Amino acid sequence: MVANHLEEESYLTSKKGISSWLFTLDHKRIGLMYLVSVMFFFFMGGLFAILLRMELWSAGETIVKAKQYNQLFTLHGAIMVFLVIIPGIPASLGNFVLPLQLGAKDVAFPRINLMSYYIYVVGALIALSSLFVGAIDTGWTFYTPYSITTDGGVVVMVFAAFVLGFSSIFTGVNFIATVHKLRAPGMTWFRMPLFIWGIYATAIIQIMATPVLAITLVLLIIERVFHVGIFDPQLGGDPVLFQHFFWFYSHPAVYIMILPGMAVISELITTFSQKRIFGYKAIAYSSIAIAVISFLVWGHHMFVSGQSELVGMIFSALTFLVAIPSGVKMFNWAATMYQGSISLATPMLWAMGFFLLFAIGGLTGCFLGTLSIDVHLHDTYFVVAHFHYVMVGGTFMAFMGGIFYWWPKMTGKMYNETMGVWSVILVVLGFNLTFFVQFLMGAQGMPRRYYHYLDQFQIYHQISTVGSFLLGFGFLFSVITLLVSLKHGKKAPPNPWHAATFEWTETASPPIEHNFHHQPICTRGPYEYDQIAKSV
Amino acid sequence: MVANQITKPNFPLADHFDSPEQQVDAGKLGMWLFLATEILLFGGLFVAYAIFHNLHPELFKAGHRYLDVKLGAINTVVLLFSSLTVVLAIHAAQKNKTSMVALNLVITLVCAVTFLVVKYFEYTHKFHAGLLPGYFFTNGEIPAPDQAHIFFGIYFLMTGLHGIHVVIGIIVLLWLLVRSLKGEFNEQYYLPLELGGLYWHLVDVIWIFLFPLLYLIR
Repeated sequence: MVANHLEEESYLTSKKGISSWLFTLDHKRIGLMYLVSVMFFFFMGGLFAILLRMELWSAGETIVKAKQYNQLFTLHGAIMVFLVIIPGIPASLGNFVLPLQLGAKDVAFPRINLMSYYIYVVGALIALSSLFVGAIDTGWTFYTPYSITTDGGVVVMVFAAFVLGFSSIFTGVNFIATVHKLRAPGMTWFRMPLFIWGIYATAIIQIMATPVLAITLVLLIIERVFHVGIFDPQLGGDPVLFQHFFWFYSHPAVYIMILPGMAVISELITTFSQKRIFGYKAIAYSSIAIAVISFLVWGHHMFVSGQSELVGMIFSALTFLVAIPSGVKMFNWAATMYQGSISLATPMLWAMGFFLLFAIGGLTGCFLGTLSIDVHLHDTYFVVAHFHYVMVGGTFMAFMGGIFYWWPKMTGKMYNETMGVWSVILVVLGFNLTFFVQFLMGAQGMPRRYYHYLDQFQIYHQISTVGSFLLGFGFLFSVITLLVSLKHGKKAPPNPWHAATFEWTETASPPIEHNFHHQPICTRGPYEYDQIAKSV
Repeated sequence: MVANQITKPNFPLADHFDSPEQQVDAGKLGMWLFLATEILLFGGLFVAYAIFHNLHPELFKAGHRYLDVKLGAINTVVLLFSSLTVVLAIHAAQKNKTSMVALNLVITLVCAVTFLVVKYFEYTHKFHAGLLPGYFFTNGEIPAPDQAHIFFGIYFLMTGLHGIHVVIGIIVLLWLLVRSLKGEFNEQYYLPLELGGLYWHLVDVIWIFLFPLLYLIR
């Protein structure tokens, strides 16, 4: 079927010129534009991280002053959270893959899709312009009352986060409408690939949590500019209210980050085990369960912020609930691999890395969710290590795995497998070297967000700094691997991994502009590997 | 591929949809999702209202006496009436009465502008009386003048955000008016009218909650 139409040009070459990209309504091109932008900001945020680690090579002033250190970790956090990891998987891979997996010609609202990309770009430019007003030093959480009184471009950065929220909301609206209304004939809810379930659950959170952040940020701007007395204690306001509002969004946002990662892993594990997924419905429902529970646990960020003890206990108990659906996923993935014919190709290695690092990140989350232990660990490097294990070790490993998995589909090129394997090894080694020691020093009381430390912590900091260079090199090497393939890579067949979802079985690599020559009809589940024609 | 599409002659079907019904359903679902985000956006302010009302009930009782219930009531009626005319515009489109679509949209727009004019007079009065948020509060007659600004902070935040939504609504209604004057809406295709109408109803519904919460405290 595919061979008959080889003469039709792919989405990459069917239209030419810069404006055919800038004004494209094609979800695949928009996904690629997101991917490039997100990667750009990932390396910018990474550069700030390297500078932070260099400063921490020795106690006291090493390369920057205390104030600049505060600005660096704020920029690192704000860029990585708002510009990289929240839009990351859904906006880039989700945009590219979701309509293909559904057998649709595009997302439901292509214009809104393009608009969300430009809102992202505008938000990013506003965020960067805050550097010229004066870099902010509040941390990415913008806690009041400090954020009302400190100098620098707080208003600009907060406004940027507000703008970026709209981009996130529009992506979410688009994906939910697409999943509901544009599934191929025969594709029931339980024949959808699990990637879609994960992105769908993410979209629910994007829609329900982001508006609350939006109003919080508006209130913060108004508080700072007009002093209305909502958050400012000097005027009768309540600074803890800001924390409640902020985490009501930002904890669900943590699952905006991790759910798409889990979504990618579900695809990788099954494809590279060549075995039907174990517990399809359990994994699908666990995504929704995580989305729901995510709205009930925000108070665990505030165990030491002046909540009542009872509220703290309730939030602590609810927090442990998250471990159940997360565990359901982990065990089902492991059971999927059991007796599968596992191939250790690069995407699968990223997934293995995810397993290791996410397990550590998830389990240390249980430490922090325990009320009494959190009092000791709160605001130490233990927390820093925990969320980096989940966000980088979880989400970003999955993101990289997804990029390597769908790269042949996106570009039509195969990358060098040896280089791919080495990039995983470098990243996993570098990551553990950087962050595992942070658990140790955090447990011993090294507080986060200080540019100075006691001598006893120096060895840990130096190991961490060495690790961060290795980690940075690993990510650089991954990107080089991909870029080299563009020029020297072999031409990718339509289905190099022998996967069973529509984007591999029903269209060429890369796909044509309208995705499919004929409307695909769904007659089976997404992981029936024995039913795919060997010729494809 | 286009051959597979089920088309209607007067319905501009986007080429990634298979049928007009699919496009209409997707559009409505998208709009409802967007309205949910709007309610959550205001939800933050309603929570702030609840918390501060709980902390300082006396400030709210004292503060609301400085709001003009009559003007608030007039605005409530104006907005409710405009919701009716939006529905009538959709109804007219379903009957292919193009000029009635435009007429009803114009009446809706007049209502929206009236609302803002009344709001302008209310705001002007507050500015002159010094009944303003935070540092700008200068009124000395009100009981507990050192804290009364909290009520007016909430008042201006809630009505201000709602006012911005009225302005956006006016832009949407103008856009619909232009399209209806071009004769784009007919018995088959009136989806934009429905979507714009949904948005306008939401703006009304929020005001229905704001009016008693701010003006009618007992």
